[in-house]
Amino acid sequence: MWDALQLLSFGDGGWGDELLAGLKVTVTLALATLPFGLAMGLLVALGQISGEPALRRAARIYTTIFRGLPELLTIFIVYYGGQMLLQKVAGLFTDTYIEVNSFLAGMLALGLVFSAYASEVFLSAFRGIPAGQWEGAAALGFNRWQTFRLVILPQLIRLSIGGLGNLWLILTKETSLVSVIALDELLRQTSVAVGVTKQPILFYSVACLIYLVLSLVSSRGLVAIERRVNRGEAR
Amino acid sequence: MNGAANPAADTTDIRRPPPPARRWTGLRIAGWILMSLWILASLGTAWMLWSGFDGEVFGRYFPRMLAGLWITVKLVVIPITLGAVLGLLLAWARLSGNRLLDAAAFSYMYFFRGTPMLAQVFLVYYGSGQLRPLLEDWGLWWFFREAWYCVLLAFTLNTAAYQAEIYRVAIAAVPRGQWEGAMALGLSRRVTFLKVILPQAMITALRPLGNEIILMIKGSAIASVVTIFDLMGATRLAFSRTFSFDVYLWAAMLYLAIVEAMRRLWERIEARLTRHLRREGEESA
Repeated sequence: MWDALQLLSFGDGGWGDELLAGLKVTVTLALATLPFGLAMGLLVALGQISGEPALRRAARIYTTIFRGLPELLTIFIVYYGGQMLLQKVAGLFTDTYIEVNSFLAGMLALGLVFSAYASEVFLSAFRGIPAGQWEGAAALGFNRWQTFRLVILPQLIRLSIGGLGNLWLILTKETSLVSVIALDELLRQTSVAVGVTKQPILFYSVACLIYLVLSLVSSRGLVAIERRVNRGEAR
Repeated sequence: MNGAANPAADTTDIRRPPPPARRWTGLRIAGWILMSLWILASLGTAWMLWSGFDGEVFGRYFPRMLAGLWITVKLVVIPITLGAVLGLLLAWARLSGNRLLDAAAFSYMYFFRGTPMLAQVFLVYYGSGQLRPLLEDWGLWWFFREAWYCVLLAFTLNTAAYQAEIYRVAIAAVPRGQWEGAMALGLSRRVTFLKVILPQAMITALRPLGNEIILMIKGSAIASVVTIFDLMGATRLAFSRTFSFDVYLWAAMLYLAIVEAMRRLWERIEARLTRHLRREGEESA
């Protein structure tokens, strides 16, 4: 017991500070992915509800690809593909070796996957908004942007917050996959600790516990957000 | 979008004016730009695969990837099947009304749904190494020695938790009147559950179950991290030896193909199993 605590302590002998640093990267990665994923997901969903067949088809292809590929493969493709592409472009000017930042690659890959799923959430939320809301706004003389911002978006957020919350929980777990391209997030730091201390059970259990706490905190936060966006809803 | 005409009125010979020509609105232009981007991207990929085609790499590694695909299939089918049994037991435990059972099943599901599957695989695979003396005593070491069995075990435990939640929700969604009706008919609880409740619950569970299978196909790529040569593992091996990015694109196409095929197949199965719920003349969803 004492040994375990010593291994997990902060400071030179323990791995507590390393794990904490990993947790910080994990949380940062998830938070950094969120805005891109949400914005892209909303755009794709808007494409899917538009009356324009070409736009709908383009959006459909996007979601089919990024919901169909394993996240791990998406990460590899973005990482190595991005590296190759940048190398080719840079090769025109210089011959320096380019290394893609694994944080950015992971963020992009997870963002693509997140947005594909988020667009489905937004899509069903759009379908939950009665056509009368658009028509009413049109009758009031709102233009398209005003309608969207003042009438549709508040309802859209309310209808999609549950599904987006689930996606957030999935996202926090999926950040662990970015460890395969050597990003020092929580799981990779844990593996490093295991490699040195030969205590896999202790460290992986602790890592799992940290992920559980993360999801617990997220759920709490989501409940609070849900309450806030529903505050106008009469019960 | 615009209101459909009354179908009864369509029988008379009314000439409709031709639809107005569709204008090139901003949205339409944007749609075509995006579509052309997709077409360009696919042509570019095809060109890249074609021009950079290396018969030797293809001949050496593509068969391995196909063999890996078969392993991927096994990595999905076995855990999903075993997980269904375990998941049903867990769902039963959660609905049993026994507080202890309920709490145990809840914690199990909370753990496996709340932590990354990669961490679970590591815990089973590397953790069992640490317990080696104990496992040898119990005569279980042959099982935990193999990465293959460890991955199967971790996947099964993981999907069981997700499936349990699906079954729990589905069973709870069956109206209470079904239980009461069966009781009024004098059916035992066991028969009621197996013959009355479960078939109805499975219909509700079909769609999320299909999603879970697809998530499992994608998630199985994780096995490659602990030396399993599934489709992803074979691909990574090929890449590490040839540094040919093409192999990732082949893998992407294979994964997209099986996920898409699975999705369509499941739609068929769903339509077939719910055909008694459809009204006459109604299109399948």
